[in-house]
Amino acid sequence: MRTLRTAAAAALIVSLTACGGATSGAGEDEPSAGAKGTVNLAINPWVGYEANAAVIAYLLEKKMGYTVEKKELKEEIAWQGFETGEVDTIVENWGHPDLKKTYIEDKKVAVEVGPTGNQGVIGWYVPQWMVDKYPDITDWKNLNKYADLFKTSESKGKGQFLAGDPSFVTNDEALVTNLKLHYTVVYSGSEAAIIKAAQQAAAQTKPLLFYFYEPQWLFAKEKYVRVKLPEYKDGCDADPKKVACDYPDYVLDKIASKKFADGNSTAYQLVKNFKWTNDDQNLVSDYITNQGMSDEQAAEKWVNEHEATWKPWIPAGS
Amino acid sequence: MTPMIAVADLWKVFGARADRIVGTPLAELSPAELRGRTGCVAAVRDVSFDVRPGEVFVVMGLSGSGKSTLVRCLTRLIEPTSGEISIGGESVRAMGPKRLRELRRRQVAMVFQHFGLLPHRQVLDNVAYGLEIQGVPRAERHRRASETLALVGLEGQERQFPDQLSGGMQQRVGLARALATDPEVLLFDEPFSALDPLIRRDMQDEVRRLHAEVGKTLVFITHDLAEALTLGDRIAVLRDGELVQVGTPEELVGAPADSYVADFVRDVPRSDVLTLRWIMRDPAPGELCETEPLSHRTVIRDAVHRVLRADRPIPVVDGHEQLGVIDADQLLPALISHHRQVPA
Amino acid sequence: MTATVPPPPVLQPGGRVLAAASDTVVPARRGRFRTRTVAAAMVVATVVAYLLFRTDGAADSSDAAAFRFFDSVRDWVDANRDTSPFFLYGLNYVRLGVRLLVDAVQAALTGLGFAGLVAAVAAIGTVLAGWRTGLLALGGFLAFGVLGLWEQSVDTLVLTVSAVLLSVLIGVPLGIFAARVRWVGATLRPVLDVMQIMPTFAYLAPMTLLFLIGEPAAVIATMIYAVPATIRITALGISEVSPTAVEAATALGSTRWQLLSKVRLPLARTTIALAVNQTIMLALSMVVITALIDAPGLGQNIVNALQRVNVGAAFDAGLAIVILAVVLDRITTNAARRTGVHRSRRQRQARWIFVGAGVVVVAAAALVSIDPENVPGYSFAAPVNDLVGWIELHWYDVTEGLKNGISAGVLDPLETVLVTTPWWLFVVAVAAFGTLISGWRAALIAALAAAGLAGLGLWQHSMQTLATVLVAIVLTMAIGVALGVFCARHDRLATGVRPLLDAAQTMPSFVYLLPAVALFGASRFTAIVAAVIFAVPPVVRLVERGLRDVPPTVVEAALSAGSTPRQLLWKVQLPMARGGLLLAANQGIVMVLAMVVVGGLVGAGALGYDVVAGFSQRELFGKGLAAGLAIVLLGILLDRLTQGFHTSKGPRR
Ligand SMILES: Nc1ncnc2c1ncn2[C@@H]1O[C@H](COP(=O)(O)OP(=O)(O)OP(=O)(O)O)[C@@H](O)[C@H]1O
Ligand SMILES: [Mg+2]
Repeated sequence: MRTLRTAAAAALIVSLTACGGATSGAGEDEPSAGAKGTVNLAINPWVGYEANAAVIAYLLEKKMGYTVEKKELKEEIAWQGFETGEVDTIVENWGHPDLKKTYIEDKKVAVEVGPTGNQGVIGWYVPQWMVDKYPDITDWKNLNKYADLFKTSESKGKGQFLAGDPSFVTNDEALVTNLKLHYTVVYSGSEAAIIKAAQQAAAQTKPLLFYFYEPQWLFAKEKYVRVKLPEYKDGCDADPKKVACDYPDYVLDKIASKKFADGNSTAYQLVKNFKWTNDDQNLVSDYITNQGMSDEQAAEKWVNEHEATWKPWIPAGS
Repeated sequence: MTPMIAVADLWKVFGARADRIVGTPLAELSPAELRGRTGCVAAVRDVSFDVRPGEVFVVMGLSGSGKSTLVRCLTRLIEPTSGEISIGGESVRAMGPKRLRELRRRQVAMVFQHFGLLPHRQVLDNVAYGLEIQGVPRAERHRRASETLALVGLEGQERQFPDQLSGGMQQRVGLARALATDPEVLLFDEPFSALDPLIRRDMQDEVRRLHAEVGKTLVFITHDLAEALTLGDRIAVLRDGELVQVGTPEELVGAPADSYVADFVRDVPRSDVLTLRWIMRDPAPGELCETEPLSHRTVIRDAVHRVLRADRPIPVVDGHEQLGVIDADQLLPALISHHRQVPA
Repeated sequence: MTATVPPPPVLQPGGRVLAAASDTVVPARRGRFRTRTVAAAMVVATVVAYLLFRTDGAADSSDAAAFRFFDSVRDWVDANRDTSPFFLYGLNYVRLGVRLLVDAVQAALTGLGFAGLVAAVAAIGTVLAGWRTGLLALGGFLAFGVLGLWEQSVDTLVLTVSAVLLSVLIGVPLGIFAARVRWVGATLRPVLDVMQIMPTFAYLAPMTLLFLIGEPAAVIATMIYAVPATIRITALGISEVSPTAVEAATALGSTRWQLLSKVRLPLARTTIALAVNQTIMLALSMVVITALIDAPGLGQNIVNALQRVNVGAAFDAGLAIVILAVVLDRITTNAARRTGVHRSRRQRQARWIFVGAGVVVVAAAALVSIDPENVPGYSFAAPVNDLVGWIELHWYDVTEGLKNGISAGVLDPLETVLVTTPWWLFVVAVAAFGTLISGWRAALIAALAAAGLAGLGLWQHSMQTLATVLVAIVLTMAIGVALGVFCARHDRLATGVRPLLDAAQTMPSFVYLLPAVALFGASRFTAIVAAVIFAVPPVVRLVERGLRDVPPTVVEAALSAGSTPRQLLWKVQLPMARGGLLLAANQGIVMVLAMVVVGGLVGAGALGYDVVAGFSQRELFGKGLAAGLAIVLLGILLDRLTQGFHTSKGPRR
């Protein structure tokens, strides 16, 4: 495979020199059209995404004979991969209208491949015990009243708002500023770190105000309550610096590189057909996170138990 | 006879703008003043001398007097500031880089104080280095290198590496390396000062033997007077870059040009160096002499025996011409006049 | 058989080359009193000025001119990547060329197969460095299979080898030039200085901008990180070649080229081999970090583990990295050592027989196809995670108390002071104290760097990062000096600790985040802990060496005067090892900065966070790039101020 690629790239250099200049995608893998080739699957850093990817990868490899290369990438970087050919598809995309504009409309290197069936919710949450104790905490207007409860070593004398990975879709800093909240946004660095903090908050009744989202397996184990922010209205988040409203609901979707889509391989069709519910995803996430299964084992278990769900995704003739 | 090496008005000034000093009043300043005024060091000042073919020419001086600089100027390892140098009648300063390389490859070779051997090469390849860079084929250069090694008494050491040899042996390798290209002129920069006294004496004998066998022109740098006296046909004395005196060992000891040279030779046993002509006197009118004369070239020490046994003065002759006479009155002061150094 | 190994040059981790530490410092005796009064006056003046002019420490704007400028650069590049001749005929070809190189190396290594590659590495180890090393290599590479990390390890090896090839190809000639041509050396020096203080993190974003993500960008970033060491050490080797040997060869009529090929290069080969060794070590640690820009290999496992806060998984990958590092290090150091050893003809013949046998074995092994997945596996993940779980459960109060204590008691006040200092006062203070410590030249550069921080619009974040760095360096020095003193006094302990320090230094900075995160959660303190773990080993080494370099005669004299061991340490050894200590501080500070910045990945915030956010969020790109630059400026500032310790106090002419 690689040797072939080297030869191909060498040939490419020669031909490029002849016709002048190398484009940025030069020398990259040709799309795996037709033949059962390799599918480059971006893996964004949260377990829900991983669940989608696990099942898709499992089906591609075990049921359809493809090779799947998983690439641990943050969202933006995964999008850049469409341009370079490093990434064929992203299987859980949260909005990102700006990226869609750049890569789909302007550069025309990616295309939308339809919804995953998952409903995405982003919000600010507190553990249930806090609502029991301070019933009015679920309104953002009262957050300043409770700021002292949330003080930590990192919050500089204000309350701490715990955010996740810096690459996630967030408006939290703008919200804190624009709603004049006495809070500091502290980035835990990853989904796992937020989950850990949330679990501790529930188990040890520690105060915590944090960024969280659905689909999310943890909601099946513990209760967390969403804090009401000013209601979302169309366009209220147009300027990321002036946002003062809650997050919208997201219809999560899939994106593929133009080359991958144009190849219209059975792999592409599977990605296109893939559609499941939040419960499905939470189940697989739970397997991965809490049952000590690898991605592959989790996918295998789910696939064995849900044939009816995935059978229709497999394109005819594969 | 044309000289092998002729040096005229040679200057070497180290420092920025060194070329702006020669020929100006600055050149007249003392070394300390020159350094203070310009930051420059005149390592060689206005030096002129000739070296005859086949001669052993020794350059002597205290540390820092410019000996190394002078000898390096001869093949432009250090670029002279001004003056003329010719080797074999050809001007060295006029040579282009290519001709200069030829000169270094075939005509002039050098032996260094710290040997300068290549530690990653075996002895044989060290000696063959000069031939190698001339493009001599491997077998040929190894053959010639072995021969040269035999000449310096290092048979059987070809496959050693330099650091497996003693200092004396290493310098023999350095010597062999210089001889291997069969040059007309050999330059030695204090070749034996890093060796201990016994080995040094051996090596000096070696040089004398080689000189007798192969008959090259030698320029030999040293700060050791005894070495200069044993080896040199003529000796040049340098002080602060200036040539103070050039002459035979005898001339140096017998007629030092100034107190610097006199200081140098003070400890030399005069009777070992001086010949009878330096101490003879004119015969008194009608004085009776021994019949058997002594040559004026006889070193004093060798005459002691006869002079002290003789009842009458002995005539000193050059051929058939009588130059003077000598008796115990002249001899004794010469024998005891030198100051032996008090052992520390 | 005699060795002619020249004493190795003094190398800092990171490949910086230094003069021997012990002779660089001559305590300034005259004027010490005056210096003290001046210093005291300056401290008072600074405090007064601070009290008069302190600000409220406003947050950085999210829209500084510098950010917009970098954003516009990004937009231009994005728009012109496939049209501008600069890319079409320049950078894109570079990318393509590197891609070809990586593919070729990959094809060569994977083509051998599991058994083939293991055999090949073992054979190379044996031929170059002796059978012990060969055995180590064999065991090490088998271990990748056992850990279930074969493919990732090979990927990491591929990238490392590619980057090292590039570095050597570029670095060795440049090093020769730098040593031989004065202006080249003089021009390169400051450039290399900056490259070496630059924290790894700072160049990821510019790399993706120019070369997009993927292996080529990773290899180029790695090369940039590693090549200064190649250049520096090569230049050192070439300029250390015995001038007599060169003169002798010149006197025999060598051409310049003959001098280079027959004298200079052969005589410098041991040092050049050392340069390759350092290059490999640096490349390895960088390659792992480039996982953030989509480089394959073990780095991916670490990133993954970091995201899932799975210390156990990271332990396996970290172990694989250490094994790879140790194998490569042993092979290259022993090979370097052997370049200085003369072999007899017999030995050389034996060696050729060895090589032949090796080739046969490798060829045979390459034909055997063993799937590394079938190798019996073992993972440390479960036991390590259990241990971490236990510690979390039982030490929670301790870790939490430590974190909160240091954060509230030291870090926060320091941060507040720094952040509320007006930028001009900071610049003036840096200039003034810098002049005192390191001379006006270094102070000027440091002050310019400080002013640059303000100019970038990242004052608050820069000062926060600085506060974290300062706390971390104080801890690092305290621990490092204590351990160093201990090691210098107990030989047994020192020999026991040395391999640990070795392993610690080959570990990429990244790996240290994990245990820290597991114990302390997402906080600045986590970054401090990771930085301390990262920077202590070299500090221990430098301190130990500094102490051991104190001449035994001096120690003897002090003992015979009746000093107690304590007096000996405080009155003789430590003062005399001042050079080593200051060097350690300088080195430690640069490493601490690098690590604190990486801490941005785990909640240390400030500049590190800006960089991470910059390459993960489009609208923050400009700010991220500016933050990268701010980190570099901060690095220059700290380095210049502390470098002065051991350069300006030297004997002045
Ligand atoms: N490259 C140089 N740059 C500046 N000054 C130099 C240089 N080489 C030599 N000198 C100076 O020139 C003077 C003569 O030096 P040189 O080495 O020729 O003396 P020397 O007689 O060979 O001494 P030694 O017996 O110690 O070898 C000295 O004062 C020395 O400091
Ligand atoms: Mg000399």
